[in-house]
Amino acid sequence: MDTSRSYLEPSSFSKKIAAAIIIVYAVITLIPISWMVMTSFKNVDSAISYPPEVLFEPSLEGYVNLFTNRSRQSQEYLDSLPPPENWYEELVRSREMVITGPSKFLGRYSNSMIIGFGSTFASVFLGALAAYAFSRFRVPLKDDLLFFILSTRMFPPIAVAVPIFIMYRKLGLGDTHLGMIILYTVVNLSLAVWLLKGFMDEIPKEYEEAAMIDGYSRLQAFFKVVLPQAMTGIAATAIFCMIFSWNEYAFAVLLTQFNAQTAPPFIPTIIGEGGLDWPAIGAGTTLFLLPVMIFTIILRKHLLRGITFGAVRK
Amino acid sequence: MSVKKKFKGLSDKAVGWLFIGPTVLLLLAINIYPLVYAIKMSFTNFYANKIGREPQFVGLKNYIKVLNKEAIWEKMQVTASFMFWTLLLQAIIGLGLALLLNRKFKGNELLTTLIVLPMMLSPAVVGVFWTYLYNPQVGLFNYVVNFFYDLGSFDMIGSSTLAPWAIVIVDTWMWTPFTMLICLAGLRSVPNYLYEAAEVDRASKWQQFIYITLPSVLPFLLLALLFRGIENFKMFDMVVELTSGGPGSATELASINLKREAFEKWKTGYSSAFAVILFVTIFGFGNVYVKVMNKIKER
Repeated sequence: MDTSRSYLEPSSFSKKIAAAIIIVYAVITLIPISWMVMTSFKNVDSAISYPPEVLFEPSLEGYVNLFTNRSRQSQEYLDSLPPPENWYEELVRSREMVITGPSKFLGRYSNSMIIGFGSTFASVFLGALAAYAFSRFRVPLKDDLLFFILSTRMFPPIAVAVPIFIMYRKLGLGDTHLGMIILYTVVNLSLAVWLLKGFMDEIPKEYEEAAMIDGYSRLQAFFKVVLPQAMTGIAATAIFCMIFSWNEYAFAVLLTQFNAQTAPPFIPTIIGEGGLDWPAIGAGTTLFLLPVMIFTIILRKHLLRGITFGAVRK
Repeated sequence: MSVKKKFKGLSDKAVGWLFIGPTVLLLLAINIYPLVYAIKMSFTNFYANKIGREPQFVGLKNYIKVLNKEAIWEKMQVTASFMFWTLLLQAIIGLGLALLLNRKFKGNELLTTLIVLPMMLSPAVVGVFWTYLYNPQVGLFNYVVNFFYDLGSFDMIGSSTLAPWAIVIVDTWMWTPFTMLICLAGLRSVPNYLYEAAEVDRASKWQQFIYITLPSVLPFLLLALLFRGIENFKMFDMVVELTSGGPGSATELASINLKREAFEKWKTGYSSAFAVILFVTIFGFGNVYVKVMNKIKER
């Protein structure tokens, strides 16, 4: 028997089998995502060919269609136009169409950015304040208050959407960036408080007490000593809040329309001639999912810890 | 510690209220107030699109209407079977993957990250691109199925027998990593000395699995299923974009029906009563589940 390794360690044969199964699962699970990315680089015809094309001639038609509005024109009209000024105009002309202007995609995308970053900042900031107070001070009814904060997450969004809709209409917050930032901040706040409290509990009290003996006030000690110490936790929490706001659909589709609509309700409405324009939808999806995928891979350690956090602490 | 009094600046009590205050106020304004408002509306015949008409108190009429409507029970059945199959599949596959990943082979961490990707994506956008994969003429899913087993032409979204499976498959694809991660955390929390003691007692690997691994991972698995259960009871975005509840009402989950009543027919009073009933159901089941879970944990 091989005595160099502990008998608790699985044998190298069983490790290989496990790795093989996991690799197969990972490949299968990534196929739908890769397929969407591939579709974004197809042209409209090759996206609807059967059997599905794995090898194809790459095209940027999807991306051009995503960013422009186009209209179909007669051949005579196209001939009467001056020659196309750039490659994307040429591409659109080859489909017997002309570009009539930019599409709404960029606006929807930047709405997602503004609302995502705004609400993430607000919920992490407010969450950090509350988490610190819960972690350090004797708060009356602390456990009840903490449970109350968590239970607000159980409401189905549609159940509160009508009252919020009416309330926002009265306050003039309907279909505004501010309204959506406030809403997403509140939805994320409960998670932020719970996650951050765990991180704050881990920071020794002695740090800020030492600072206060040196003449800092409680507030100064919080901002100059505790917050920098909690940076890892704040980063992890921020990613979660950002991913939620970025992906949220129900409130966005019910409460926004023209001004503050984010990308998730917009992407499904990208329609081409005779049905959905798959390369354009693929392009929108790819551009929309890309930041989240990059974030996930770069920040995997914090993320995986954050997901299992609640489970492990109990 | 009486020393604290000597520090400068605001007292701890003041700082405490200053720090917690904004959070509690926001939650009251955007979460609790709308909920109370919805409960109040559920006793009236209010229509949110008819401004200026005073809502009238109708007592329990909305609740009776909801509970007596046969269609509502159909939606509940659709929701229940969606929940049953997604939770079952995610429990089995998620636990299996966690057990395999726990063998700590090379490249383990990177593979975990790749497997986790689907659950980070926007459910609505996921729903849209799966309509492409499920397309009966050009879909990759249909092609792959036909490649392995010749079924001929079939339509996952258009057929009322297949559509419920279409949403189960997508939800399982998306959320199995969640169960997997929580189970993995559970497996890693089992102290090594338990296995060492078992080895000393000459317990077989199978016995170790049944008497050590499974009982320690079970509370984690149950917790993961609780979270997924609550989320899938509220499921809306992915299914709306994938099947929009159809064909007919084959995949019309409770919250999709709620959205139709509230935002298409604008029956605010009626839909509020329905929302309250859903909320009480989720809360009730959740509480019972947590009690059962704690009993299992104590054993």
